[in-house]
Amino acid sequence: MDFLSRFSRNRGALVGALVILLVALIAVLAPVFFPTDPLRIVGPPELWPGDDPDFLLGTDSLGRDILAMIVHGARATLLIGLFASAVATLIGVTVGATAGYFGGWVDEASMRAAELFQTIPNLIFVLTIVVILGSTLHNIVIAIGIVSWTPIARMTRAEFLALRDREFVQACRSMGMGDLGIIMGEILPNALPPVIVLSSLVVAGAILFESAVSFLGLGDPNVASWGRLVGDGRQLIRSSWYICAIPGVAIMITVLCLNLIGDGLNDALNPKLRDR
Amino acid sequence: MAGVIASSSRRVAALNLLRRRLVQAVPLMLGVVVINFVLIHLAPGSFLELMTAENQVSDPATVELLRKTYGMEDPLWLQLGKYIWALLHLDFGFSYRQNMPVIQAITINLPATLLLMISSITLAFAVGVAAGVVASMKVRTFWDSLVSVAAMFFFAAPSFWLGIMMIVLFAVKLGWLPVGGMATIGGGGGIFDILHHLILPTLALGLFYAAIYARVMRSSMLEVAQLDFVRTARAKGLSRNQVTLHHVLRNALLPVVTILGVQMGTVLAGSVVIESVFSWPGVGSLLFDSVSSRNYPVVLGIMVLGSLVVIAANIAVDLLYMWLDPRIEIR
Repeated sequence: MDFLSRFSRNRGALVGALVILLVALIAVLAPVFFPTDPLRIVGPPELWPGDDPDFLLGTDSLGRDILAMIVHGARATLLIGLFASAVATLIGVTVGATAGYFGGWVDEASMRAAELFQTIPNLIFVLTIVVILGSTLHNIVIAIGIVSWTPIARMTRAEFLALRDREFVQACRSMGMGDLGIIMGEILPNALPPVIVLSSLVVAGAILFESAVSFLGLGDPNVASWGRLVGDGRQLIRSSWYICAIPGVAIMITVLCLNLIGDGLNDALNPKLRDR
Repeated sequence: MAGVIASSSRRVAALNLLRRRLVQAVPLMLGVVVINFVLIHLAPGSFLELMTAENQVSDPATVELLRKTYGMEDPLWLQLGKYIWALLHLDFGFSYRQNMPVIQAITINLPATLLLMISSITLAFAVGVAAGVVASMKVRTFWDSLVSVAAMFFFAAPSFWLGIMMIVLFAVKLGWLPVGGMATIGGGGGIFDILHHLILPTLALGLFYAAIYARVMRSSMLEVAQLDFVRTARAKGLSRNQVTLHHVLRNALLPVVTILGVQMGTVLAGSVVIESVFSWPGVGSLLFDSVSSRNYPVVLGIMVLGSLVVIAANIAVDLLYMWLDPRIEIR
């Protein structure tokens, strides 16, 4: 309860959470609103938004309903963001926890690896992985996770370094508890709050990554994510720029609200770190 | 006298830092090469098949010859060893699509990308720092809110989309700026012509980072303003603006410089997307062509040279950090 009241005191975060809930609801109910394939041609091409009440957001160059594509695209966009952040968190927490807990050469090696992944230009690496392993949702999620784990690893490591010699951990050690038990059961729960904040921000970053990959035409060909809709519309910016504009606004609002949620989580979970 | 000693000891410290960073860069580069080399050899379908298919080579003897020239019969570790050995001699392989050495194909395109990167970072740094300073000096006023709303907006807008929207407004509707490219076709190419073409791509790529720097700068300014030395400076009778500009600003810049270093790789990668939006003739277009035609020697070369650029930029940022932070001298 304490957490909820602190979170909702941040008005931006509250608005962000409500909008994301709405987007998630739309994503879940997409087949109810638009039961047919959103990539089907349903009307005359290049109808401007408002021209025809049947197509509230207009149609694209082929005559596909933009609203239907946005609603269905919400699924792909949100799922990719969530799963990519989960992959990044899994890698980051594993690397950061072992590095911070064991120290020594493990720590040294892990931090060098983190530096390595920060040096390789991230999006170029994602594009290469996706092209080599194939443009499937699965591979895009993994590729984004692989380039997004380093901040989480650094944060987890710092938390573990601060906690590993505290009294409660020493007490567990003196009771003969194993390393894995101490890491998972004792330190990790205490180290999680700042990590959760970062993970929520990685969701937003992952959505931006995916939209760039799809925009460049390297996304999953069977999925109409928002980034791909922007890319599809770019040839027509002289006559029908709304085809590009609408999905971009959808991406921006979603990312903005996820960032607001991240700020709210930061306020609620790390009162010490406020205003950073 | 004291100043001379201080400046010479700082120079020694800077040289030490440079040497240490260069030594650290070696394993880092090795790691970049190994990771990418292994990744590319995970690819199903050898690039030899693609190359022969594209150039319609079917003669078995020729294919065999090519297989030998590209060393494809060797085990993976030997191919890797040979590649690293060649890299040390600046030999990145041969690109059959451009029909020139990979290093040449990349260096032709690299200046345009570097220009875009440098102008975007400069814009981001200038705008971000200025906005952060204004917001922190006018904290909790209209100006502060304006900066944070703008920062939220640009931090969430996908750069490629922002670029397209700016093309629609400034190039298509208003006709003030060119739609894309780096120079006017026929008769262009002067420095002002290039700068004219540079404005929109720089804004599209740079405003995202300006948003980050503005937020960091604002909170950093507010934090430094609480420190003891600021109170001392005020107690000496310096005006609030003097203290802010001379004492707080320099110290508050440090976190911004740190992020700047961490984000170099991201900026380089981001320019790939922006280059595609604005038909900017940089490494991005070469990468895109090479990735979609599976021209792996070029992809690997771009990764290696790109990482080198990032490492060099990081070293520059470290030196800048040292110049800004007087405490580093003691170490």
